[in-house]
Amino acid sequence: MTTTSAHRVPRWGLAQVARRTAGRHDAAMTTTGFSGTADYLASADLQDAVNVAVALEKPLLLKGEPGTGKTRLAEAVAAQLGLPLIVWNIKSTSKAKDGLYVYDTVARLNDARFGDRDIRDIRQYIKFGPVGRSFVADRRVVLLIDEIDKADLEFPNDLLHELDRMSFAVDETGDVHTAKERPIVIITSNNEKELPDAFLRRCVFHYISFPDEAQMRAIVRVHHPDVDEKLLSTALVRFYWLRKQPDVRKRPSTSEFIDWIAALQKTGVPVEKLAAEIPFVGLLLKKESDVQQLITMKDTTRGLRM
Amino acid sequence: MFLSFYFQLRAHGVKVSPTEWLSLMDAVARGFDRSSLQTFYGLSRSLLVKREGHYDAFDRAFAAAFEGVSRTAPITDELLAWLDEPIPMRELSDDERKQMAAMDLETLREKLLERLAEQKKKHDGGSHFVGTGGTSPFGTGGVNSAGIKVGDTGGGARSAVSVASERRYQNLRSDRVLDTRGIGAALRKLRKLAREQGPEELDVDESIDRSAREAEIELVFRPPRKNRVKLLLLFDVGGSMDPYAQLCERLFSAAHQASHFAAKKTYFFHNCVYDKLYSDMARDVSVPTTRVLSEIDATWTVIFVGDAWMSPHELMADGNYFTFGKSYTPGIEWLRRFAQKGKAAAWLNPENTRIWGAPTVKAIRGVVPMFELSLDGLDRAVDHLRGARPVVVP
Repeated sequence: MTTTSAHRVPRWGLAQVARRTAGRHDAAMTTTGFSGTADYLASADLQDAVNVAVALEKPLLLKGEPGTGKTRLAEAVAAQLGLPLIVWNIKSTSKAKDGLYVYDTVARLNDARFGDRDIRDIRQYIKFGPVGRSFVADRRVVLLIDEIDKADLEFPNDLLHELDRMSFAVDETGDVHTAKERPIVIITSNNEKELPDAFLRRCVFHYISFPDEAQMRAIVRVHHPDVDEKLLSTALVRFYWLRKQPDVRKRPSTSEFIDWIAALQKTGVPVEKLAAEIPFVGLLLKKESDVQQLITMKDTTRGLRM
Repeated sequence: MFLSFYFQLRAHGVKVSPTEWLSLMDAVARGFDRSSLQTFYGLSRSLLVKREGHYDAFDRAFAAAFEGVSRTAPITDELLAWLDEPIPMRELSDDERKQMAAMDLETLREKLLERLAEQKKKHDGGSHFVGTGGTSPFGTGGVNSAGIKVGDTGGGARSAVSVASERRYQNLRSDRVLDTRGIGAALRKLRKLAREQGPEELDVDESIDRSAREAEIELVFRPPRKNRVKLLLLFDVGGSMDPYAQLCERLFSAAHQASHFAAKKTYFFHNCVYDKLYSDMARDVSVPTTRVLSEIDATWTVIFVGDAWMSPHELMADGNYFTFGKSYTPGIEWLRRFAQKGKAAAWLNPENTRIWGAPTVKAIRGVVPMFELSLDGLDRAVDHLRGARPVVVP
């Protein structure tokens, strides 16, 4: 690492304050760390988790129900700190090595037969993947590894070494690339597979719980500032009732609720109608069987007056 | 005090590695706890706990370790049970409301601790003990102008220990619903790819890769990779299995969708496997068990699904109860034959391990290793099946 103290200055403010004072200046800390943005509300616990992960230089692992804003957190962190965001969307076919670099052999084969480039210089056929790019970047970046559980079971373990050392070697050329500025690594998981223990031990972990009514109210206000108070209250009651039903297999999430509110607002559904039925139920329930189930459920909030 | 927290965590089953503990100490040394127990709660949880399933255990450990710090009583499971299903609150007159004089927080806490010590049973609608729908300052769903909410979720700013005592994450464990996708992911681990001798074919991927690396056209031939695992699923249906119908249905559809097995077969039985198996859930079409047995060999993996709950003679007697004395192979013997014939066998029980008390459960476990039909149990079953040699019969 060639990091000098001059390089350290643009680091995230919080770590700076913490190091300098090693102390207890509450006000200073809360104002310099990540605190959520105008369109992303983060709970106090989540803000702390982000700040600790950054200061301790550990990856932040986020879990939570789909639609609780795991991916959006990385965008918010990057936006608030003014750092570029590099996203790596994991698929079931993703390989850990692809995140570091890809040796574009097809281009080289093409050049060997038809091209005029010097194919002995392998370096020009090495293309960096998202992790590789975040290491070789000249400035600090936010690296989002999205839905890590989609990949093969051994995938997280394969990345361990590189994320720990913040460096990797290109086998074909023997080059070693070390991060100039340690990226802020945010990893999300949807719990489709258990992650290996060795991997978990190195992360800071936060589980984003489903927002309660008060939080949900605040979230809706961010997206639809002019929503009618009565409509929102009734919609919230209906929504949380629906989520509580044991027969619903795919429970509606935050983003679905926001879409639903938008639809209710646009079409001007009267509050009375909302109290009597659930209009546009297709926006909330995405499974045919769930919609069928709804007919048989005993709705205790029906006709409720706010 | 920190050390006692460490041991409380371990005692509650949260395995904290020394590295993780040192990270926490590092963070505290740098002032991240901001000298507040509330912040320390979030900080230590994000560094020490890596599975939301352990949040509840962490909360209990935290409450136990820092109980003295803020003097809030631990909320026991028993007390929470008393507060389940609150009775509706009766209407109060204004006079009654006034009578409930507001107390300051410190007095309230002391009284709560006193009452928790006195209280031995469930109280609802009263004015003194911790209960529901009453006018006592303690409990759930009641009215008191100043009070401490016990159980249920609350709002506003609360101390870390009272947050921990709330045990908000109690349900996260059971929330991990075993859906078709989860089962599919677990079953996928069962595959074992192998190249068998046979007609060679052009390996397109490998040819391209090799050609590209050498910058020269190379053709690679080899036998194709195939999954060798064959799966035999035997479901217990009807009777005591009815409550688990939905769960079994999911397992069934996940196994049905799984396209990576060399072969798979599903049969149904009632209570235990006898001389007949059924190819449909309604048990209309039967197949002699001996024929099913003859069709499988050591390349097959056998999975039984059932609650293993029956009367002992249904499992052990050589002649089940509707055979009127005619001699039959007992159920347990059929299970043993399947377990021995296949490469490996496992029994998935939809019931919680806590209620595996039936003698027949014990007897069957002696023949076929049993696992709970949960995400965790399924994973362990698959691990067992992957590594298993034929089951040793005692």
